Amino acid sequence: MDGVAVTAVRNVSFDIARGEILAVMGPSGSGKSTLMNMIGLLDLPSEGAIYLERENVADLSEDRRSVLRARSIGFVFQSYNLLARHNAVENVALPLVYCGVNRKERITRAEQSLEAVGMLHRAQHFPRQLSGGEQQRIAIARALIASPLIVLADEPTGALDSRTGGEILALFDALNEAGQTIVMITHDPGIATRCRRTIRLHDGQLVSDETQLPLVPKRVAAS
Amino acid sequence: MTVLQGFQIALHALRLNPLRSFLTMLGIVIGVASIVTVFAIGAGAQLRLQEQIRSIGANVLMITPGAVYQGGVRLKEGTKLTMTESDVQAILEQIPEVQAAAGSIAGTAQTIHESKNWNTTINGTTTGHFMVRDWQLSSGRFFSGPEETGAGKVVILGSTVARELFAPGDDPIGAQIRIMNVPLEVVGVLDRKGPAQDDVAFVPLSTAKLRFLGSASGINRDSVAYIIAKVAADGQMAGARSEIESLLRQRHRIPVGQEDDFKVQDPAAAMEAQQGAIRTVALLLVAIASVSLLVGGISIMNVMIVSVTERTREIGIRRALGGRMRDIRLQFICEALVLCLLGGAIGVVGGIALSMTVARMAGWITSVDSEAIGLALVFSIATGLVFGFYPAHKASKLSPIEALKTE
Repeated sequence: MDGVAVTAVRNVSFDIARGEILAVMGPSGSGKSTLMNMIGLLDLPSEGAIYLERENVADLSEDRRSVLRARSIGFVFQSYNLLARHNAVENVALPLVYCGVNRKERITRAEQSLEAVGMLHRAQHFPRQLSGGEQQRIAIARALIASPLIVLADEPTGALDSRTGGEILALFDALNEAGQTIVMITHDPGIATRCRRTIRLHDGQLVSDETQLPLVPKRVAAS
Repeated sequence: MTVLQGFQIALHALRLNPLRSFLTMLGIVIGVASIVTVFAIGAGAQLRLQEQIRSIGANVLMITPGAVYQGGVRLKEGTKLTMTESDVQAILEQIPEVQAAAGSIAGTAQTIHESKNWNTTINGTTTGHFMVRDWQLSSGRFFSGPEETGAGKVVILGSTVARELFAPGDDPIGAQIRIMNVPLEVVGVLDRKGPAQDDVAFVPLSTAKLRFLGSASGINRDSVAYIIAKVAADGQMAGARSEIESLLRQRHRIPVGQEDDFKVQDPAAAMEAQQGAIRTVALLLVAIASVSLLVGGISIMNVMIVSVTERTREIGIRRALGGRMRDIRLQFICEALVLCLLGGAIGVVGGIALSMTVARMAGWITSVDSEAIGLALVFSIATGLVFGFYPAHKASKLSPIEALKTE
């Protein structure tokens, strides 16, 4: 940017398995956002490759990546990023506009998605009429609507009080339980400890990749 | 994203800010309205002229008095009636191309029938006049020979005069009307020929001279104010014209090198030239009106650029949610198109209303044709595409990462 090349991330390599919930941690300027933009297909690495389902997305055109983004990535932002002039159901349905889904089906699926996050009763409300926690739930419903491979959450609780933040994290846990792959970018250690796997970045380098052993292994718990 | 979805998004965005949307399209509204109005007035003027050309009749030459010298003083054209009834006879007899000819004198007078009266043109002429102008009767008859020679007290009415003097259903034929206290019998009513032509009452030339108009300004008692002559075919017009000119010079004893005391004109040709001039003026006015369309387009571009800047974050969100560059471009082009089309539609309606108002207030004939409407709408679509493209392109080129960072 502005003609000065900055190497934000270097020699970072890791895999994300289906159904995983993963926290990417690191202080400001550690390269978290760049990493998120690359996973979210908004940015491309100057070197190296990013594989999404065995396809190197670094080779794809801008248009192809947009199409893939609509179908495979669900974004959740710190500041919700809902369109202020559209009501909840229209906001949730928005990604489907870019998947070529007709209006009737968009609304039906948006309502299902709103129901999944417990927000169906707010379907006709506009963002300004909703609390922060409610807006974030709407944003999560929007992220889920196209059944993405990965939900990418950037500081999803950063703008919320701790109780509401806890509710949002509980929602992510529930989604993960249901099989949804989730990547959370955060600098809050409290959030990271809730995720089984944590990747730590510092100055653009991957410094650790730890998977906590569950206190009660899932397989045992299930049997 | 489909074009239809693009229009849906555009309509949604424009509805959020109705006042701004309206003000943005105002330039287009005014531009299109003025184009439609100017076209309507231009087409109306041409229609009127065509009607006049038709009303004169085909292949007609008109001979009017020219400037004359009297004691070394050059008088205004038409001051002296230099043509005579014997000139008419000579033209008829000696020029084979001329099928019919008639001399006329005219003035205005009040016509009275019972309690109704009407001010109109009184034209003293012969039956040949109606032959020259291909003018048929709707009822009654033309003047008889004895009436023409013997100053018969008869009159043939134009349809406007008949309508003004007689109640609907009242047959004017055989009725008595008075002109300057002379009672006259209505023997005929003419077909309609056009609003400007129908307001007239014809009496025999001899009657007009004897009873109404006299021949005060004539060189002799035989004088007529003008002569009209019908030429057999279009191709013979030029030949007939020069033959009439040399015949009249000879008859009026005009020496070589001296100016004619008459003028031979082809009114249809003159009007056709006038028609060309009207077309040119109309095109010029359309060009001026198009400038306001250009200004309207620039104002749309201006507002769209501001709108793109204001909605940078929205663009970032749409990109992050899977919107392609071309989807963003389509969305903003659709907005510009909707503004222009809506503005164009309002402009067409406004233009039709305006030209109807002009028609009523100024009494002009106006004619709104589908061609003008189509042209105006094509212009506004083109304006939308041309001036919407740059802001839309700018929006599509925004980096989604940067756009998402914008507050």
